[in-house]
Amino acid sequence: MNEALSRNTSRSLRGGVVLALAVGTAFVMPAILAAAAPALTVDVNIAKFAYGPKEITVAPGTKIVWTNHDQTPHTVTSNDKSFASKGLDTDDKFEHTFTSEGDFSYICTVHPYMTGVVHVRKQ
Amino acid sequence: MSTYDRAGPRHNPARRQALSCLAAWSGAAVVWTVTGGVPRALGATTAGPTTEGAASALTFVQISDTHIGFNKQANPDVVGSLRHAIAEINALPRAPAFVVHTGDVSHLSRPEEFGQAREVLQEIHVDRVHTIPGEHDTIDDGVTGYLKFFDHDGNGKAWYSFDHGGVHFIGLNNVLNFKMGTMAALGDEQIAWMKGDLARVSNSTPIVVLGHIPLWTVWEPWGWGTADSAQAMALLRRFGSVTVLNGHIHQVLQKVEGNIALHTAMSLAYPLPTPGQAGIGEPGPVTVSAGELGKVLGTRQLTVARGRHELALIDTPLAG
Repeated sequence: MNEALSRNTSRSLRGGVVLALAVGTAFVMPAILAAAAPALTVDVNIAKFAYGPKEITVAPGTKIVWTNHDQTPHTVTSNDKSFASKGLDTDDKFEHTFTSEGDFSYICTVHPYMTGVVHVRKQ
Repeated sequence: MSTYDRAGPRHNPARRQALSCLAAWSGAAVVWTVTGGVPRALGATTAGPTTEGAASALTFVQISDTHIGFNKQANPDVVGSLRHAIAEINALPRAPAFVVHTGDVSHLSRPEEFGQAREVLQEIHVDRVHTIPGEHDTIDDGVTGYLKFFDHDGNGKAWYSFDHGGVHFIGLNNVLNFKMGTMAALGDEQIAWMKGDLARVSNSTPIVVLGHIPLWTVWEPWGWGTADSAQAMALLRRFGSVTVLNGHIHQVLQKVEGNIALHTAMSLAYPLPTPGQAGIGEPGPVTVSAGELGKVLGTRQLTVARGRHELALIDTPLAG
């Protein structure tokens, strides 16, 4: 279900960009359309006991969706406790929307040597 | 912690017969014997009567890493593998005093996995199964979920000790207390408890320590070690016979440090790569062909014989 949501969001985002371009060319209220653009969704894969990408920079409001592709369970657990997944079995997903700027490091509590970081920056 | 009383019928002739048949086509258990100090493995359960098993010796069995709840390609039937091992244990010519399970009882720390594990482990014909948690048993809320099923003495800790047949046993929890980017650790509270626990034990008492993750650094990039194991080893050094039984890495490895012998065990779920194995890169389940799986899963029998420094160990694959 999360996967479906994430796919839909990506699709509507692409649609939105195309629409904004088309409408922008026609000089019709581009500002309003831009404001209505859906928040960006970014995927991070968990595979072979690593987050991919391990380090990522996104804009505030971005939703990150982690998907575990391993046969081994992993978690996505921030060091500042601002977000924490349950144990993710194979193909399970976890998502978190980053609203404020900052650097958010996280680990897998099952394998604490697995580390990742999300940099949230206005772009 | 740790232990529970077995439930269910102990003597069921029909069942025994069935188990004997199973034992005839595979050998699954490794028997530990402690005679006078040092556990020594006795050999495969299919290898006939053991030679080390003096009447006074204490014999027990180690199983590990059952990962109940795992159902992926590397082993779609972990319950079947556990039951296979149980049949072997129940068919041993000399019944073990108890069984120890060195962690990763469950795969995802889910209550139904702990529940099923406890139910199946009760099929072993021993009075007690002493368990310790692995990192797969503490995923969402530390040891809380695990302790709901395996806190026999109700002390609310996953570490404990007990004495049996003149041997002092210590069960540890070394799957928590990690810091970002490091290996898991025992933690100061547990080390302090261990120090106090050992203070009343004489140097000549054989010690057997159970810890899920190896108490020596097997391969740090994969977290195959315990960050503060040196502190635990320092507490154990004065004893004449110390045997450390670990799981976690799903394969048999051994290290000897003075009087301390450390042994990892096979899993009953799936194999893992050798430490840092070239071309693999991560410690994930290794899928082998169906006919090969039984050769890389297995159990261990130990015997402590009086007057012997080392425990007798027998690591036995489920099949092969």
